[in-house]
Amino acid sequence: MKLEVNGKEHDVSVPPDMPLLWVLRDVLGLVGTKFGCGMAQCGACTVHLDGRALRSCVLPVSSAAGHRITTIEGLDPQGAHAVQRAWAELDVVQCGYCQPGQIMAAAALLREVPRPSDADIDGALSGNICRCGTYQRIRAAVHRAAELSGAGSRP
Amino acid sequence: MSARAHSRRAFLARSAAASGGLVIGFSLPGVVRTARAQEAAPPAPKVVPNAFIRIAPDDTVTIFLKHVEMGQGVSTSLPMAVAEELECDWRRVRFEHAPAEIVYAHTAFKIQMTGGSTSTWESFDQLRTAGAMARQMLIAAAADRWKVPAGECRAENGSIVNGSRRLRFGELAAAAASLSAPDTVTLKDPKDWKLLGHATHRLDSAAKITGQAEFGIDVRRPGMVVALVARAPYFGGKARGFRAAKARAVPGVVDVIEIPSGIAVLAENFWAARLGRDALEIDWDPGSIAGHSTEAQLEDYRKRARTVGTIAASKGDVEAALARAAKTVEAEYELPYLAHAMMEPLNCTAEVGPESCEIWTGTQFQTIDQAAAAKIAGLKPEQVQVHTTFLGGGFGRRANPVSDFVSEAVRLAKASARPVKVVWTREDDIRGGYYRPMWVSRLRAGLDPGGRPVAWAHTIVGQSLLAGTPFAGMIKNGIDESSVEGASDSPYLANVADHRVDLHSPALPIPVLWWRSVGHSHTAFVVESFVDELAHAAGKEPLAFRLELLPTGSRHRRALETAAEAFGWGRALPAGHAAGIAVHESFGSAVAQAAEVSVDKGRIRVHRVACGVDCGPVVNPDGVEAQMQSGIVFGLSAALYGQITLRDGRVEQSNFHDYPVLRMLDMPRVEVRIVRSNEKMGGVGEPGTPPIAPAVANAVFALTGTRLRRLPLRLA
Repeated sequence: MKLEVNGKEHDVSVPPDMPLLWVLRDVLGLVGTKFGCGMAQCGACTVHLDGRALRSCVLPVSSAAGHRITTIEGLDPQGAHAVQRAWAELDVVQCGYCQPGQIMAAAALLREVPRPSDADIDGALSGNICRCGTYQRIRAAVHRAAELSGAGSRP
Repeated sequence: MSARAHSRRAFLARSAAASGGLVIGFSLPGVVRTARAQEAAPPAPKVVPNAFIRIAPDDTVTIFLKHVEMGQGVSTSLPMAVAEELECDWRRVRFEHAPAEIVYAHTAFKIQMTGGSTSTWESFDQLRTAGAMARQMLIAAAADRWKVPAGECRAENGSIVNGSRRLRFGELAAAAASLSAPDTVTLKDPKDWKLLGHATHRLDSAAKITGQAEFGIDVRRPGMVVALVARAPYFGGKARGFRAAKARAVPGVVDVIEIPSGIAVLAENFWAARLGRDALEIDWDPGSIAGHSTEAQLEDYRKRARTVGTIAASKGDVEAALARAAKTVEAEYELPYLAHAMMEPLNCTAEVGPESCEIWTGTQFQTIDQAAAAKIAGLKPEQVQVHTTFLGGGFGRRANPVSDFVSEAVRLAKASARPVKVVWTREDDIRGGYYRPMWVSRLRAGLDPGGRPVAWAHTIVGQSLLAGTPFAGMIKNGIDESSVEGASDSPYLANVADHRVDLHSPALPIPVLWWRSVGHSHTAFVVESFVDELAHAAGKEPLAFRLELLPTGSRHRRALETAAEAFGWGRALPAGHAAGIAVHESFGSAVAQAAEVSVDKGRIRVHRVACGVDCGPVVNPDGVEAQMQSGIVFGLSAALYGQITLRDGRVEQSNFHDYPVLRMLDMPRVEVRIVRSNEKMGGVGEPGTPPIAPAVANAVFALTGTRLRRLPLRLA
């Protein structure tokens, strides 16, 4: 089966119903995408499929074939996506385990809603659990990322 | 003996290799004493070179973390302590987790561990001393090079300076390393601090926002297999027998091995191991817990709460004082078992050879785990190398006195003769025990005609965390302090002439463990709810009542006043909203929180929290703020949602759908204010958690007149 991950094509020989998460982590060695619940409850496994956020822990790998898959490792070549810069600026992370999922969810939100309201953020990110309780800084950082990514492209 | 068996030597060699031979070694008096006391043989050398600091030729300064980074920010606060005295360039500071070594033992607990909100204060002097020693050695090396008195040289932002001459730390490190460490150093006056006390960016941010940070679950070793363990669904239960044929038939499954904790399926990857485990056919013997239910346990606890237990604190004659009081108030509070539910499920990778063992895991208990691994592997502790990764949350669950998650991996690596990574699923985690205990508290108080409490009787019922563990020796006169902390030493008791706090510690097969804020996670809810009830009975305003009872000049009062001011206590709130307040001291810090709540179709909503914290001198104010926010969210999850219950001997919850935690949607606005304080430095990782549940419950009472005495808070 052919998979396009972070712009690179991979040939994997795995059962078609194996969740994408475990193909990424255990077969391709892309361990930035995390396992938290295995039932799309926590969002730690969030990746982009053709730019849209989804939970890789319940997505059979066969459904991902033929789509552009982006993981935290491939979000930005320099790790300097506006969301990542905002996260660093506001010191969002604590234990950090949920943050790849949070960042992928936030990046997908900003692609669809460049200037999200608090309600937009709550709606898009309430599927991502953080046990360290970084929610307040995540909210602020999503707004900051919107500013950062808007700075260059707006008149 | 393999090269990696002697971990200290290997560590120093590795450090030296990595840095071009420039390890600055020096002895710290306290550390040397510790090493001597702990190491039976061989006798500790006179000077234990311990590398808290490594300076590379490119001026990179690497600080070795004796405490583990689990979100609480020690990978920034501990390097700050070193760097303040070292006068290095902060932009060149890196960190690494230290290996398991007695030189990294906790100065109070004598084991290498992270917990009890102690990391920063316990190592603060030690790390500053280390920084100052290294600075003096670099100065001495420069003075020697320039042939000038050391007193004419000073350290400045990563260089030693003498007039217009300047040598970078990296240029001096080799020479400095060959000097002997100074006997005494003088630490800076806090008024001269440039880094300490100032908001400082986290050093672990970059790795964690790019997916590069390595957690235990990310570890991969050549030839490694992934194991999932089918553990008994009954605490104390055992497999009578099992059939593994279907599991072995799953593609990718490599082996099925029985270990004391269950039946393990080893496979090429997690998914195959999971399918294999699902295919096991196991006949479980439930053991003594068969038929156990939480409701029956609660009934039993309520009965026990009506009898006097082992005395934890007592003064005067409380029964007589209650009998003559102008008014008495009585209340019973109930708190459930709670799972830690760290985002990173438990895991450990182990590799066992004939004379060596290596483990990779995020643990709060390195030397305990090292000893457990050694015992299983048939080796000496020093033959076990512990590689500490980042922890995807700890909250106490990764500090297990019996090293449960480490032991399984070592057993399987030994039995299978391959590197094994044991991974727990979320279901394994939620159902796996080691919970915050279930608690019942019964309180009775007597008020004088002026509304002041003159009698206070508090009976606590719940399992001991220490009983039956290697730490059982810490139980004194039948009292496990962690069961009564925050209750038997409550500041409200100071002026109550007749009081008694007593404890029942029933033994049950349900494993329990410290959970962020430990005993305070129940006593704060109980005491601060009850004080609110007393205020109401006395006809007094809740904040004023507390200020009246708490000792003048106490940290509690300052924290309360700070939170009240930040909140705007007493100001009108939107219609349908009300406020509650609570204060609690734990781990050397006093924290007060005021919460604004409303009720929407029977559901409690928390809109806003103001937090005042007195933790003494502050290392990183931004870190303190983050930990208060974090503690509040953790406490809110328990206040609003958390409960583990048993029916027919089995845990009813399994994952985040039936063990919910706070999500973004429910996140209140939180404002944190730090009290300027010269008190002794306290912790911040846990003290933010205890006050929020009572603050919310008290707000719900103010709003609805309904007193909720059971967690999670539910309006019927």
